[in-house]
This record gives sequence, structure tokens and C-alpha cells, in this order.
Amino acid sequence: MTLVWLILIPFIGGLLCWQAERWGGMAPRWIALGTMGLVLLITLGLWFQGEYHLPDPTAASEAVRWSMEWRTAWIPRFGIEVHLALDGLSLVLIALTGFLGVLAVLCSWNEIVRRVGFFHLNLLWILGGVVGVFLAIDLFLFFFFWEMMLVPMYFLIALWGHSGSEGKTRITAATKFFIYTQASGLLMLVAILGLVFVHHANTGEYTFSYDALRNTPLSDDLAMWLMLGFFIAFAVKLPVVPLHGWLPDAHAQAPTAGSVDLAGILLKTAAYGMLRFALPLFPEASQAFAPVAMALGLVGIFYGAVLACGQHDVKRLIAYTSISHMGFVLIGIYAGTELALQGVVMLMVAHAFSAAGLFILSGQLYERLHTRDMREMGGLWGRLGSLPGFTLCFSAASLGMPGTANFIGEFMVLFGSFPVAPWTVAIASAGLILAAVYSLLLMQRVHFGPAQDDAPLAGLDRREFLMMLGLLALVLLFGLYPQLLLNTTDAAMLEVQRLFGAADALSTTLPMGVS
Amino acid sequence: MTLTLTHLVALLPLILVCVTAVVVMLGIAWRRHHSGTAFVSVVGLNLALLSLLIVWQVAPLETPLLAVDGLAMFAAVLILVSSLACATLAHAYLEHYGGPREEFYLLLLCAAAGGLVLAASQHLATLFFGLELLSMPLYGMLAYTFHERRSLEAGIKYLVLSAAGTAFLLFGMALLYAQTGRLDLAGLSASLVEGPGPWGLAGAGLMLVGLGFKLSIVPFHLWTPDVYEGGPGPAATFLASASKVAVFVVLLRLVLSAPAFEDAWLHDLLAALALLTMLVGNLLALTQANLKRLLGYSSIAHFGYLLVALVVSDGLAAETGAVYLVTYLITTLGAFGVVTLLSSPYGGRDAAGLHHFRGLFWRRPYLTAVLTVTMLSLAGIPFTAGFIGKFYIIALGVEAERWWLVGGIVVGSAIGLYYYLRVMVTLYLVEPGMQSRDAPHNWGIRAGGVMVLGLALLVVLLGIYPAPMIEWVRAMGTLNG
Repeated sequence: MTLVWLILIPFIGGLLCWQAERWGGMAPRWIALGTMGLVLLITLGLWFQGEYHLPDPTAASEAVRWSMEWRTAWIPRFGIEVHLALDGLSLVLIALTGFLGVLAVLCSWNEIVRRVGFFHLNLLWILGGVVGVFLAIDLFLFFFFWEMMLVPMYFLIALWGHSGSEGKTRITAATKFFIYTQASGLLMLVAILGLVFVHHANTGEYTFSYDALRNTPLSDDLAMWLMLGFFIAFAVKLPVVPLHGWLPDAHAQAPTAGSVDLAGILLKTAAYGMLRFALPLFPEASQAFAPVAMALGLVGIFYGAVLACGQHDVKRLIAYTSISHMGFVLIGIYAGTELALQGVVMLMVAHAFSAAGLFILSGQLYERLHTRDMREMGGLWGRLGSLPGFTLCFSAASLGMPGTANFIGEFMVLFGSFPVAPWTVAIASAGLILAAVYSLLLMQRVHFGPAQDDAPLAGLDRREFLMMLGLLALVLLFGLYPQLLLNTTDAAMLEVQRLFGAADALSTTLPMGVS
Repeated sequence: MTLTLTHLVALLPLILVCVTAVVVMLGIAWRRHHSGTAFVSVVGLNLALLSLLIVWQVAPLETPLLAVDGLAMFAAVLILVSSLACATLAHAYLEHYGGPREEFYLLLLCAAAGGLVLAASQHLATLFFGLELLSMPLYGMLAYTFHERRSLEAGIKYLVLSAAGTAFLLFGMALLYAQTGRLDLAGLSASLVEGPGPWGLAGAGLMLVGLGFKLSIVPFHLWTPDVYEGGPGPAATFLASASKVAVFVVLLRLVLSAPAFEDAWLHDLLAALALLTMLVGNLLALTQANLKRLLGYSSIAHFGYLLVALVVSDGLAAETGAVYLVTYLITTLGAFGVVTLLSSPYGGRDAAGLHHFRGLFWRRPYLTAVLTVTMLSLAGIPFTAGFIGKFYIIALGVEAERWWLVGGIVVGSAIGLYYYLRVMVTLYLVEPGMQSRDAPHNWGIRAGGVMVLGLALLVVLLGIYPAPMIEWVRAMGTLNG
């Protein structure tokens, strides 16, 4: 039942926030904070209680796959169940959701002044939907949450966003985001149904269960098409380069909390979907597709980095760096060695922290300067208290400085992918240089250079300071002691590697990893 | 054959609706009383709905002209429910209308009776009779507020085009009769077993055209937006719900029973029409600034999706069609209900311009929540009934491997999102100096308000827990035998 409560708590909390608005603007904020804090605490409790370490390799692995499981019939006509399960990977990502949820509530404390209750309703429902995505292993239920979380996100951008310059309104951005993700989601639904009907034709039984569908025998062509259905849906959300059009606009127009959720968690649902569904369901097709996916990842790394350098809007710049970082994630996922997959998880978490930090900082800048245009900034170092210092730290994290979690992630991805695709890794490493370039450009344009004005601006207050300090502490913690995270996810990642690697051994002659 | 008590019981809903119509007519002649008339109509329709529980015991039952089987009962439930909704809405809508108000219910009851006959027909004569009984009162209903030019225009436009559609239908029937010498569906299918022949095929095609007019399938859709926009709210609601359901059910019956429709050429034609309908309906809806027109185009698109069930017409098809009809009906009633509640013939035209709805949420949160839920449901987003319907349609397309149609549904839905979202976000926007067009303040206590709220709850409930609906539809399906 704990798993059900993890999903229900944000939904109920959201409704409470909506109704609590009648007691003033502070009530919804505190309720939302309490709700996300509760989710975080429950997850941490599960983390300390549960056993996520590597199972005994000699034991049968099927029985101990899930640490917790909950299932009940939902739509018996098609064998659809409410089937939730938790393993190390989902646990880490849910903990991340809880933590970033707390941050999202905190960073909108002063930013959102209109319709506070309805805002927190939307915010909490997004987070509830995301937790649902991370827990659902019935494909119908997964799709249900996957699509559902778009609606509150749409409202968040459309109603509380900033209308940017050049005629780009927040509504256009929100609509673009919604249509991109919904339409690609429908492709996934078609692929899911295709898989289900093939299974039905083989066994005469309707089921959407992950475990049952994983063993469906498919012809090569069909597997490729179905895999593409899944891949495109995830690629839009990740985003992979030709399908990324919604991301910069959505980020630039979204309120800070929306950006934090988008970059920190929503993008991660895509990587999670690939790790959990696309690879294990279609290992051979994924293996055949891996070179293309890695090439797309490479394109993403450079495209994102180069475009980031040319941006004037702080949030657009950070948005493009996300595209670049997700390129590494994509390469790591399709390299499929254990080391690379572990690196992917690490990088996902690290990027969530660094991107969230940068987005919150640019939100705080906007609150003080009322602009996000870097041409109107410059010379802010010394005028803003500790804000520039934090920006420097998170920029360093973003460029992958040793000592930060991002370094561990990128290093493991590149190291783990090298045996599989040496040339890809060699080229991708050059992307790290570009990362340094855009991170330093950000610092230079915003905080150094000639000052526009000498008057000191308000420094960080205690709430803002604590938020940044907490994030920074986590970045350093996982940078210096990554084993904490790696121990939790290794069983889950080994499973993915086992499925994906088995297909590899069959279909290619590339040397297997030294992991 | 002799008419036994069992037959009378089986026809009880139809009889009750007709009796109510007569009572209402006599009542009007005796003394005009708006609320009284509405009350009698609602009681009559409710009794008819309850009597279906008794009919359930004797079904399936066939007479030469009418078949009381699962499909007919299923359609009867939907038609009676939407008539009830229309009657409730009409009471709110006509309350301050200056002209005679009571006849609207008479027309509504007649049209409902027509729908019941049409859905149960298994003879071309009853098919034609039911269709006309359904359409004739609609002319009156659409032109009911005839002091307004647009309402009158809507009524006359529907009259002319519907008559044209009927002519096609009659000609098609004549051709089928010429080929086979039979008019009952069973006889028709028996004599067309060895291939329909050119006349039979042409007849079936022409009947398809005739019914396509009523369902506003592209390219026979041109009347829809104007009529929806011009007609009074309750009449447009009836047109979009009960009328379409009845015609679709009879088309489903034709396709399922008559082998002339199993011809590959006709199936390809149907598939092309379906694809065209879903794409054109969605594309034309993009630029609409009037909510009723937009809903009109959206209903065109939805019937494009529904046609997929006719194209496939085996396996899951009947179940899919039925589930989709239920979800579509509830959603449409909710959406039209809100529009109707916000408008009255007193304030000039119906308040259906999108700008009338700007910032509605901050004045009428519950009404807006209803409209939001119905828009999400029309767009097919999870947590709403519309998603279950769309899931069924896509599942059907994938199962039958009709990839073109599946592609059409995906593209159509993506386009559709754009305008549904536009409506939705308009509801929440605040602009300075915005026009306020409000439902009467006590709308929540009035029957109409309670009804749309209930419909919205039902939409969400069926979206989260659709199993009972699916079981019900399947139970109806087993009655078909």
C-alpha cells in the first residue's frame, strides 16, 4: 500500500492546496511543502529499510527483481491491472522527485502571488503523475500517467509563465509542449497495443503486464517498428535533437518551479522509460538501433552546446545545455554496458541537481532584475551577495568539474561506452570542452564584465540560501561518494545490461565491455 | 402475427414516450404551464428509462418491423438519457423566452420516439419512418426561436439538406428493392448472399450517403457548423447527441447484418470517408472562434473516429462502437450543457463566442471545471472517459492492422489538441475589461447545473474506472445473440 500512497499523497495534497486558498496565500504553500516533504520522507524511509544491493548472482533473479510490489485488477476486459513496483532505479528517481518537489514549492514562495492554491494543485499533480510513471509497470497504467502529467504542466506554463519577447507567448509555448508530447505519446500507445495484440495472438490472453510482454516473440521488422514507437515518445521528452523544438520555449516561458520540474524530473521520465521499457522489451531491435541512437546523442551534445553559446536569455541557455547533457545520457543508455548504465543514472541525478540549481538561480535573478536577458546584466559579482558564488558552483558542476556528481556521471558514461563505441566516445569527449565554454560564458556575461549599475541588490534570504546550500551539498556528496547511489541502482542496471547484453552477444561481434 | 402482451412489454419505452407526447400535447391545449410541461416530459422519459429494466427480462424479441435486442436497448438508454438532458437544459434555456415555450417538449418527445424506432428498426420501412420522425421535429426545434434570423436559418438549412439526404436514402432503398424484392433486413441479407450485384451495391452506397448526411460525414458535413451555431442550445445538443447516436446505431446494424456492406469496395470507401472525416473535421475546427461551431466540427471528427468501427466491423468492432458512443455522448452532453446554461435567447445570440468564455474560471469555477473536463475528454486525455473511447478505437485499428486509419487517428488527435487546449486556456485567462456573460447565479441548484456537474463527474469516474461500463456494453452485446 505504501506505493499507492506515494502516488495518492500528492494528488490529495493538491486538492487540499486548492481549497486551502480561502485561508490566505500561505496555507497552500505550507500544505504543498508538507506534502512533498512527506513523499520525500517516505521514500527515504524505504531507501534505508529496503534491500537494493546486488542479488546473489547464483540465485534465480526473477523472484527478487522488485523490492516492493502492489497489484490489483483494474480493467479485466483487457487484463489491465494497477500494478506498481519499486526497484532501485525507481526509488532513486522518486526520491529525486520528492526532493525537487520540495525545491519547486520553495522557489515559488515569493514568485507566485496570483491564484496560489490552483498553482500548487497543478504543481503537486505533476509530481504525483511523475511518481506514477516511475512506479507503474503495467503498460496501460504507465501510459495513463505519462499522458496525465502533461495537463497540469500545460496549465503551469500557460497560466503562470512569462511571456517572452519576439512574440513568443507562454500559451504558444505550452501548446507546443503539449502537442509534441501528446502526439508522440499516441505513437507509444499504438506500439503498446501492437505488442499486446501480438501477445494476444500468441497466447490468446490480453495483458499489459511488463513481465508477460517482455517475453513476446516478435519478428525483426515488427520489433523494430514497435521499438521506434516507444523510442520516439521518449525521444521527444528527453529530448533528442530533431524532436527538441518544444524544450527551449517551454523552459523560457515556464515559471521557475515549472522549469525545475521540467529539467529535473520530466526529462528523466524519458530516460527512465528507455531503461525500463524500450531496452528490455525490444533488446534485439534496440541493439540494432543503437548506432543511430548514439549518433543522435552525439548530434544532441554538439547542437545543444553550440546553440547554448549563442543565447541571450539565461533560461534558454540552460535549456540548451540540458539538450547537450541528455545527449550523453542517450549514448550511455544505448552503449548498454553496466558501467555506462550506472553512469546514466548518476548523470540523470546530477543533471537534475545542477539544472535545478541554475534554473532557481536564474529565477532569483529575475526576481531582482526583472529581466532574463544577459545583455542587460553583467558585473553582478559583488552586488548580489552570495548568488554569484552559487552560480559559479553550479556552472562548474554543469561543465563536469571533478568533485561534482556530474563529473562522476559523465566519466562513467564515457568510460563505460568506450569498449562498445570508441569513436563515438572520442567525439563526445570534445563536447565536454564546449560545456566549459558555455558555462564560462554564462558566468562571464552575467556576473563579470562591466557593471550596468553600482547599487547593491538584495542578497539571498535565508530560504533561498538554504535551498542552494542543500542542492550544492548533494552535488558534492554524490561527487565525492557516488557509491551511495550506485549501490542502490546496481541491481536494476545489471538487469537491463543482462537483457540488452544478451541481445548484443547474439547480434553483433563487437567486443564486450570490460566492466 | 398476433400482438401478445410480451410484445407490448418489449415496446414499453416507445409506448411510454408516445403517451407522454400525447399527454403533453393535451396539456398544452388545456393550459400552458412551462414548468408543468417540462415536469411531465421528464417524468415520462424517466418512466421509459425505468421500463427498460422490464424490457431486459423479455429481450431479445423480434417483430417483422422492430427488433428489441441488445443494440436497440443500448441505443434506447443513450437516446432517453440525452433527451432527458435536453429537456432539463431546455427548461433553463426557455425560462425567459418570450414566445410559446411548451411546444419544445412536444417536439423533443416526438424526436425521441423517432430515435427509438430508428434504432430498433429491422425493416427499411421502419428505418425510414424512424428517421423522418426523428428529423421532422428537429426542424421545428432548430427554428424554435424564429425571431432570430440565425435560428430560422439553421432550421431551414437543416430542412433542405436533410430532405436531400432523405432523397438519397429513399433512392438507395428503391434500388435495393429492385434488386431483391425485399425490404426487411433479414430478407435483404438472405437474397444478397451471392454477391450484391451492381444495383445492390449502388443502393447500399446511396443509403450510406443518406445516412452520412445525418451523421455529417465529410463530404456531407457542410450543414453542421451553421446549424449548430444557429440553433438554440438544447436543440443543438439533441442534434449532436440523440440524433447522431440513433443514426449511427442503425448504420451499425446495417453494416453488421447486410452482406452488401461487406463488399471490399464499400469498405475501402468507408475507410476513405473515415480518414477524410477525422482529418477535415479537425482541420476546420482549428480556426473557429465560436464554441458551438467548434463543437460541431469536433463532432464531425469524432464520427470520423467512430467510422473506424464500421470499417473493421468484426472482432472488437461492435464493442468499440458502443463504448465510444457512450463516452462521446456523456462528454458532448456536458460540453453543450455548459454552453446552453450560459446562454439564453434573451441576450441576443447564444453566448458561444470564445471571448465570452474568457476568464470564466474566476467567476464560475465549477461550471468551468465541467467544461475543462469535457474538453479534456473530447481530446482524449487520461482520467477522462474520452481516453477510454480513444483507447478502444486505436486498439481496434491496431488489431485489424488498418495502419492508415491508426495514423489518421493519431494525426487527427494531435490537431484536435490544439483547439481543445485553446478553449481550455481561454477559460482561465484574465484580461482587463473582460466581458462577463454568466449563468444565472443560482445555476448550481438548478436542475441543469446539477446535471452538467453530474455528467462531468461521470466523465472522470468512467475515465478512472471504466470496467462497469465495459461490462454493461458487453452484456448488451450478448443479447444480440
